[in-house]
Amino acid sequence: MTIWRPHQPRRSGMLPESRLAGPLPWVIAIMMFLTVLTAAAGLGLRQASSHLRAGLAGRITVQIVEADPVQRSRQTQAALAELRRLAGVVRAERVDPARLRGLLEPWLGAGLDSDGIPMPDMIDVDLTGDARDRVDTVADAVRAVAPSARVDQHAQWLAPLDQLLALLKWLALTLVLLMATATAFTVVLVARAGLGNHRPTIDVMHLLGATDVQIARLFQRRIAFDALLGGLIGFAGAALIVLLLGRRIAGIGSEMMGSVALPAGGWILLILLPLAGTALAMATARLTILNALGRIL
Amino acid sequence: MAGIVQFENVGLRYGTGAETLSDLSFNLAPGSFTFLTGPSGAGKTSLLRLLYLAQRPSRGLIRLFGEDIVTLPRARLPGFRRRIGVVFQDFRLIPYLSAYDNVALPLRVAGMEEREIDTPVREMIEWVGLAGRSNARPATLSGGEQQRVAIARAVIARPEVLVADEPTGNVDPEMAGRLLYLFDALNKLGTTIVVATHDVHLLSRVPHSQLMRLDRGRVSDPTGALRNPPRSPQDDA
Repeated sequence: MTIWRPHQPRRSGMLPESRLAGPLPWVIAIMMFLTVLTAAAGLGLRQASSHLRAGLAGRITVQIVEADPVQRSRQTQAALAELRRLAGVVRAERVDPARLRGLLEPWLGAGLDSDGIPMPDMIDVDLTGDARDRVDTVADAVRAVAPSARVDQHAQWLAPLDQLLALLKWLALTLVLLMATATAFTVVLVARAGLGNHRPTIDVMHLLGATDVQIARLFQRRIAFDALLGGLIGFAGAALIVLLLGRRIAGIGSEMMGSVALPAGGWILLILLPLAGTALAMATARLTILNALGRIL
Repeated sequence: MAGIVQFENVGLRYGTGAETLSDLSFNLAPGSFTFLTGPSGAGKTSLLRLLYLAQRPSRGLIRLFGEDIVTLPRARLPGFRRRIGVVFQDFRLIPYLSAYDNVALPLRVAGMEEREIDTPVREMIEWVGLAGRSNARPATLSGGEQQRVAIARAVIARPEVLVADEPTGNVDPEMAGRLLYLFDALNKLGTTIVVATHDVHLLSRVPHSQLMRLDRGRVSDPTGALRNPPRSPQDDA
């Protein structure tokens, strides 16, 4: 008796159903984990650097360093009047002497007498964006009416920090590129190994009339799947850590540390990384396979 | 009549050794049926490799379908290979594909839609007597069953030239007869067939066939002992 068993046609792969190389998704997951963390750090530092520049670039402090309290007071009033008159000055406020005494209290003790130790008067000044390049002009105008005035640019104090942030930002970018290169080399090795393992199948497919592109497509599909799987695993791990770190940093309450945060659109850029990694792996696999097949008749 | 396969002074050498094939000149007409015989090591498989474009000759001229394949750009080889069906001596079935998928492979490679593939593949599998084994992997098939899958794969795309290396070596006489009947039917539809075999009894089953005997890489006695020997290009001149 013949038992009728309908054949279920299926779109069959021409390579084994198992993945080309077991560790590839995990290697890519580790690479993507490190890449996302590095990219997030780079974006955070970029944001911090921008925040720092925006916060300090337009801010100056004028100190009236005069021992005679009368002269000091007269020059302070003149400087304040001049600053408020100047174009480009958004705000010019004298720092409360009580606040200054409070700042010195840890070193000089409570009940500080301004007559005993003369303290300079200080004026906080905010400039508009246009005026930031004209600090020297502002300083000259202040000194014309208050000869004992010293003008300090806040940006100067934090210039080394800004340079360090810029260096770290470029370092992060370099690391991302190095990891992309390492991923590409890993894919080259995996694709070559896959080609070697499946050489008999490839020979048969060639003799049946398969083109190099058809064969390369089989490999690039499989490697793309592995790369996407690994990329998403790596991204998920890194995203979790970025979120946790973000909460910890926010919890510190420091203005400077708080500025190290992902900018708007940062997450979109990060989520594009696994997709970019997959595209890179696919393109590398395709080029590797086509190059290798070109040496076979 | 222009041959579908033309060899002129073809020689083949692997590496730096002696020539495996020397001074082969013959002409196979479209729709001809040729048995290729000769002792082991005579060069039958090497000649077939030249025919199914697994190898380029070391010297001489080979024309297939009217084109010089010695100088043919590599990128054009797949198009020619799709016109040639091959039954390998060692079958070369893809081990992780079912019998069905192995047979369907040439059609998939040719870019046929999946819905167009199912019917001819099932018919072909049925024809070679493997209807109940279509989902079996090659490792679970007997030698004879594997050979039938290999033959089904070679003929499924209706090739213009069919090249078979010992296609009946692992099957019983009844199945051998059926396979030869299939080859003969294809031949009557216009397929040019070249079968390398040690089994001289096969020759009598295809009366209109011609015989080419190879000995130490050369066509031996092309005038006397052979039945309907293939014409050389010089004969056509």
